[in-house]
Amino acid sequence: MKKLRIRNIDQGAIMKLNKILKNAFLITVACLVLSACATSKKTGQMQGDVYTGKDTVEYLASGVPDRVFFATNESVLTTASRETLRKQAAWLRKNSKITIVLEGHADERGTREYNLALGERRANAAKDYLMTYGISSDRISVLSYGKERPVDSGSNPLAWSKNRRSVTVKAN
Amino acid sequence: MKRILITTLLIIIPIKVFALIEVDITRGNLNPLPIAVSPLSIDDRSKKNFKNILKKENIGIEISSVVENNLKISGLFNPLNKDAFLQAPDIANLKPRFEDWNLIKAQALITGKVNFVNDKLRVEFRLWDVLAGKEMMALAFTTVPNNWRRVGHIITDKVYERLTGEKGYFDTRIIYVAEEGPKTRRIKKLAIMDQDGANNKFLTLGNELVLTPRFNPTSQMVTYLSYFRNLPRVYLLDIETGMQEVVGDFPGMTFAPRFSPNGKKIIMSFAKDGNSDIYTMDLENRIVEKITNHPSIDTSPSYSPDGKFICFNSDRSGYQQIYVMKSDGTNVKRISFGKGLYGTPVWSPRGDLIAFTKLHKGKFYIGVMRTDGSGERLLTENFYQEAPSWSPNGRVLIFYRETETDDKGEGFSAKLWSIDLTGYNERRVKTPTDASDPSWSSLLSN
Repeated sequence: MKKLRIRNIDQGAIMKLNKILKNAFLITVACLVLSACATSKKTGQMQGDVYTGKDTVEYLASGVPDRVFFATNESVLTTASRETLRKQAAWLRKNSKITIVLEGHADERGTREYNLALGERRANAAKDYLMTYGISSDRISVLSYGKERPVDSGSNPLAWSKNRRSVTVKAN
Repeated sequence: MKRILITTLLIIIPIKVFALIEVDITRGNLNPLPIAVSPLSIDDRSKKNFKNILKKENIGIEISSVVENNLKISGLFNPLNKDAFLQAPDIANLKPRFEDWNLIKAQALITGKVNFVNDKLRVEFRLWDVLAGKEMMALAFTTVPNNWRRVGHIITDKVYERLTGEKGYFDTRIIYVAEEGPKTRRIKKLAIMDQDGANNKFLTLGNELVLTPRFNPTSQMVTYLSYFRNLPRVYLLDIETGMQEVVGDFPGMTFAPRFSPNGKKIIMSFAKDGNSDIYTMDLENRIVEKITNHPSIDTSPSYSPDGKFICFNSDRSGYQQIYVMKSDGTNVKRISFGKGLYGTPVWSPRGDLIAFTKLHKGKFYIGVMRTDGSGERLLTENFYQEAPSWSPNGRVLIFYRETETDDKGEGFSAKLWSIDLTGYNERRVKTPTDASDPSWSSLLSN
């Protein structure tokens, strides 16, 4: 069984204390879940069960990936996700007329209604982070698709990892 | 919905209890009751008239086929093959020769006749106890000819109730989401059909994503989620008139709607800033109330039939679990404690059980538990299935199931299934397209 590190939560002047405590708890829980069920860690495209590959990623501008990925049932941003979002924030600061929609998604291994809420939570995790890097909430709207719009139609852990995502889409 | 006039044809003859056949409903379909459904007899003039109106050769046979099929899919009855029937339908309806029916091992017999009276369809039917040699019930219906399938459903409801002691669920409809297209870009439409799959109709065109339609238990209204203009919101739809409207004025996604038992409120989730809470809106005065207030996801609310309690899904413990609270949001108690994740709680119309979806070790289960969380029973296991909805008598659950795709991501399908509360009689509910999110209506007539 592969051990999973508990990642540092980004303290970037963001969340309320209770939210932080809750997230920390969720990470611990996620580790238990992951160690219990993730089976295809050796594909090289996943770390834990978070997708780290480039297959489905599109670019908002050169070097600015459009999406971030999440662990099962999670909405915590990984180190790689935060890096992607910082690039997006820098690009948005340079292009101050652009508004965006953050589309939150879940994989198919959950009930429809809960997944709608989970997609919303994921997109908001991305939104909160962009805001801490100076992007006004006026420029960001959030849209959850739950499990309704997978990018990969496979029924396997790798496909599911690609589908657990928040995608930043230009709205204008 | 056109009214169907029901009259008691004869006073039901009181029969001593020991003589009565009974269907053992606690054991599911282990021993389905052999029943003979004699085709309803029809005179030549009526036959000709109905043929002109309904384009059916013999409406008597058609109606009895509806009854026969209903009885069969209930799992509690075994309708016998008509080829073995010795007595002609018209004579059987006057006075069955019980020895003949006994010979083919029928324990119950349904007979009847159809007449064309003043441009209307008049149907009478009788239920006979073959072993006791007695009539158990006799009723007549008068309605417009187009309602002929409903007459078959109502006959089944009456027979079912007489023989099981529970109300039937046959004169009902199912609203669901019809699906087509590739998994990554599914086209979804609202659709409605009779409980037996007949009279399927699409209610939306598929231009926008629609999800989770649910019937008002007291009327032909439906609430559902639509992505109209890319704004996921709860809508109200009158399926008689086609009129629809957004429910409430929320600055974000509303979802997971259901009606209160009296049909006067909608309960749903509203998501904002990464947090989903449960709200109600009164449909008469439009007053919105916040019922839960917690930084976790609170969703999939469902009222108890007396309206006093709400069961819902929350991950406040870190995982998806089922909770029960008073309808004002106080006294929140977790009731699911088994291994795995629990979602989509739905309170039984009888009030004693909550049906749910469970995810454990990569498998999905439909199950039931008592309202305090005790007595958990898993009815069916599969790769993916969820969203049970109760038949109005609290006897059968309908839900949807999705298949696992192959290595190329192909072979996906979504279908409706039903299962008896006992875990027996699991069967496909046929739909013209792929289907999900079924919701069962109340009885259209009583």
